[in-house]
Amino acid sequence: MGSYLIRRLLQAILVILVVSFLVFVLMRMLPGDPIEMLISSSMLTDYTPEMMDALRHEKGLDQPIGVQYLRWLGQMGRGDFGTSIMQNYNIRNEIKDRVVVTMMIGFAAWLIGLIVGVLLGIICAIRRGKLIDNIVSVLANIGLTAPSFWIAILLVYLFVMKLHVLPLYGYTLPWVDFGKSLKQSIMPILVTALGPIATTTRQTRSSVLEVLNEDYVRTAWSKGLNEKKVVMKHVLKNALMPIVTLQGTMLRMIIGGSVVVETIFVIPGMGSMLTKSMLSHDYPVVQAVTVIMTAVVVLSNLLVDILYAWIDPRIQYS
Amino acid sequence: MSRLLTVEGLTTEFKTERGIVRAVNNISYTVDSGEIVGVVGESGCGKSVSQMSIMGLIPSPPGKVVAGTAIFGNTDLLKLKKESKEMCEIRGNRISMIFQEPMTSLNPALTVNKQMSEMLLEHKSISKKEARERVIDMLRQVGIPDPESRADDYPHQMSGGMRQRVMVGMAMICDPALIIADEATTALDATIQAQLLEMMNNLVREHHTAMVMVTHNLGIVARYADRINVMYAGSIIESGTVKEIWANPLHPYTESLIHCVPQLGQKVEAIPGMPPSLINRPPTCPFLPRCKYRQKCCFEDPVQELTLVEGTHSTMCALRSGGAKNEQ
Amino acid sequence: MNDTSSIMAVDVDGQLREFRVLDEELLPPVNEFKRFWRVFFKRKVVLICFVVVLLFVFAAFFAKWVAPYDPNEADYYSVMTQPSSTHLLGTDTLGRDLLSRIIYGTQIALEVGLITVIISAAIGTVIGLVAGYATGAVQAIIMRITDAIMAIPSLILQLLISQVVGHGTFGVVVAISLTLFPGYIRLICGQVQSVKQNDYVQAERCMGASRSRIMFKHILPNCVSPLIVQMTMMMGVAILSEASLSFLGLGITPPTPAWGSMCYDGYQYLMTNPLLSIAPGLAIMLLVLSFNMVGDGLRDALDPRLRGSLN
Repeated sequence: MGSYLIRRLLQAILVILVVSFLVFVLMRMLPGDPIEMLISSSMLTDYTPEMMDALRHEKGLDQPIGVQYLRWLGQMGRGDFGTSIMQNYNIRNEIKDRVVVTMMIGFAAWLIGLIVGVLLGIICAIRRGKLIDNIVSVLANIGLTAPSFWIAILLVYLFVMKLHVLPLYGYTLPWVDFGKSLKQSIMPILVTALGPIATTTRQTRSSVLEVLNEDYVRTAWSKGLNEKKVVMKHVLKNALMPIVTLQGTMLRMIIGGSVVVETIFVIPGMGSMLTKSMLSHDYPVVQAVTVIMTAVVVLSNLLVDILYAWIDPRIQYS
Repeated sequence: MSRLLTVEGLTTEFKTERGIVRAVNNISYTVDSGEIVGVVGESGCGKSVSQMSIMGLIPSPPGKVVAGTAIFGNTDLLKLKKESKEMCEIRGNRISMIFQEPMTSLNPALTVNKQMSEMLLEHKSISKKEARERVIDMLRQVGIPDPESRADDYPHQMSGGMRQRVMVGMAMICDPALIIADEATTALDATIQAQLLEMMNNLVREHHTAMVMVTHNLGIVARYADRINVMYAGSIIESGTVKEIWANPLHPYTESLIHCVPQLGQKVEAIPGMPPSLINRPPTCPFLPRCKYRQKCCFEDPVQELTLVEGTHSTMCALRSGGAKNEQ
Repeated sequence: MNDTSSIMAVDVDGQLREFRVLDEELLPPVNEFKRFWRVFFKRKVVLICFVVVLLFVFAAFFAKWVAPYDPNEADYYSVMTQPSSTHLLGTDTLGRDLLSRIIYGTQIALEVGLITVIISAAIGTVIGLVAGYATGAVQAIIMRITDAIMAIPSLILQLLISQVVGHGTFGVVVAISLTLFPGYIRLICGQVQSVKQNDYVQAERCMGASRSRIMFKHILPNCVSPLIVQMTMMMGVAILSEASLSFLGLGITPPTPAWGSMCYDGYQYLMTNPLLSIAPGLAIMLLVLSFNMVGDGLRDALDPRLRGSLN
């Protein structure tokens, strides 16, 4: 188990390094000079070339790209994410505030997706071909194929414009004002959870159906267990294995979705930070946010793998 | 000996893309308590399906038991639903089953002890601790070395032979009246097969448990069974004690089957041709196209039921049973 | 009588009749082509969705004739009108006909979907074959890079790439293709490795079959079905991605009638004219749903395990 863990950890670190490099190179390929953009946005027209060079040097943009990358990597490793070129704020402090917001919504959505998805999937598999299965299957397909911003628009139309029960935008942390926070989070959480619910439902349904056809389930029936016990004791544990591995993908889905959801509902999280910095070509912010988001995905995948190895007795750690 | 199971006119069909397959066609047989009944036939002749039908384990759809009764005690097993309480009380407790595939028939996610004691906890009122003791005792009886520690193994930590021993132990643990062994040893290699059969035979005789032994190997059946039912294309075409059948096979198929059993110094004869498709079968004897004794009367007056010839020996062959009828 | 496939026998009604002995070979052979269509259309939903896809394709091809108005023709006398007989879905802030814009939007969606699917499938298949056939370092490098790309949430990577390449159809196509091709690498690489392990391929190799023979005879045919299914499914994913990018204002930008940006524009007027944002979104969902269902149907119809199976 030990060597398996170390190998997986090294793999994860490698993936994060590759991602950070990819992102870094992509950012350098962006059209437009950040220094010029900074100057034009700061309305200072009388910048001399010398002053520009000084600024460039100050921001470290005059060095070869490899050096810049390594320097940035070293800073990231020390927990120093740099400062925003455009607004001069400390990226690390900004992220610290925003990551909590994104996590609150993302975690709730993940939990709802997992619980609702697994329950619906089991019901559908056991009642295969019945009315409930058909209804849920149609809904799951819609959940998978409807764009999340469209679902958000529908929800806004219904709850904000017609029923007037939920606020249009904004976010408050639950420990600041729980009631307000709850009202503000309902729509973002629902929209974020929709994809995970749909995916988990379908995966659970198909893997339960698959396990139901296994020989050992026939053995379980032959032991005289009733349907409930056959499903609970023999089907579920085996059928939920693939659901465990699915959780990495779920998280990736949720984090990706936060970009759209936070933009629509004007939530001060990581997703809206990314779109904002992207539109203003704020390199260091885009780099830091992207790498952190990916690192979260990679590390959670690692966690899932470890969890899986721990649950499944058949996995050999060699 | 008292009658344990009486099967009458069991017929099971499967719906397929090409039409309805009648896998089991109107078979009738009995099992007495404590005896070993062999069911022999080549693959696809409906041996397994007939046994699954009795246990209510036919996957449905596409399968369905369309006719027949199977009286066990006072209940007709075929009338019970798969999920019904009565059926669950019989399954595993009064009748248990050993399956063909030792590699896939045990749940990979549960330990041997959990899988075995679960049956005791379901059917008998005992504590988990007592159940574990019974499991270890059973494992010892089926010849698992060091049962105290092996009880906590997962199936993948055991060899095929060991797993099948576990399956046997699982089938025996509630001390059922009847065990159905569906090709229980087929997937194992010959030496292990012999050990396992010997062990099963001793165990069953000791506990006075009846056993239906489904196999395609007439040699095995001849050695351990009391009576034999020979199946061909979904029908029982000959039935009798081992002695009767071995000494005087009535049905040409049984005759060919005996010639297929390898014996020292004798040539093994294969049966020419293939078993018929079970879709839209003609009303004649299913073995007709492959039979070397066929005559006009086989086409004109096909016998559709087992006819008693002498003693307990009966056959479906028109030639052999017809002769007996004429004498009467 | 010997060796014939028919025999004389007494039927249930007592008459002597000729019966055919039904050997397996005498049963009507299963026509694979017919079987494909029968399984494919067995579920009514698949049939309906197939028709929906065809309708969208038709609308895109003949948009000029199908659409009642020019999608970019501003009519300042009828701005933000509700649905009526002249404008079936009403008009937007510039007085442009919403229905016409949606119909023209089909062109963009299908164009982006089709091109990205072809590009990413082509790149992914080639690299996947290489990775599946190679061993050791080459495979490890390819798979680690694949892992890395697939670890980045796809929308974020698409945003980054489209920033670099530039907005508009070209940028979007490049961005989406680059996020989708690793999926094909995994699919093909996995397929190659599993086929390579099959006993029949091992046997053939033992008999001295060449690499290319195994490649073309066994590996490629085994890749075709999953590839077709994956491509159909990815059509939907690509269309969704394009819509999300355009919605965020970082994809295809106005005045080109892309469904995503139409949704965004309409969202500002949700109170007064909800159709402006809801209708284009519905079009996205319908098209993506249809592609997914067709993919599902294809998977069932192409699954070799289901051939001649019990139903």
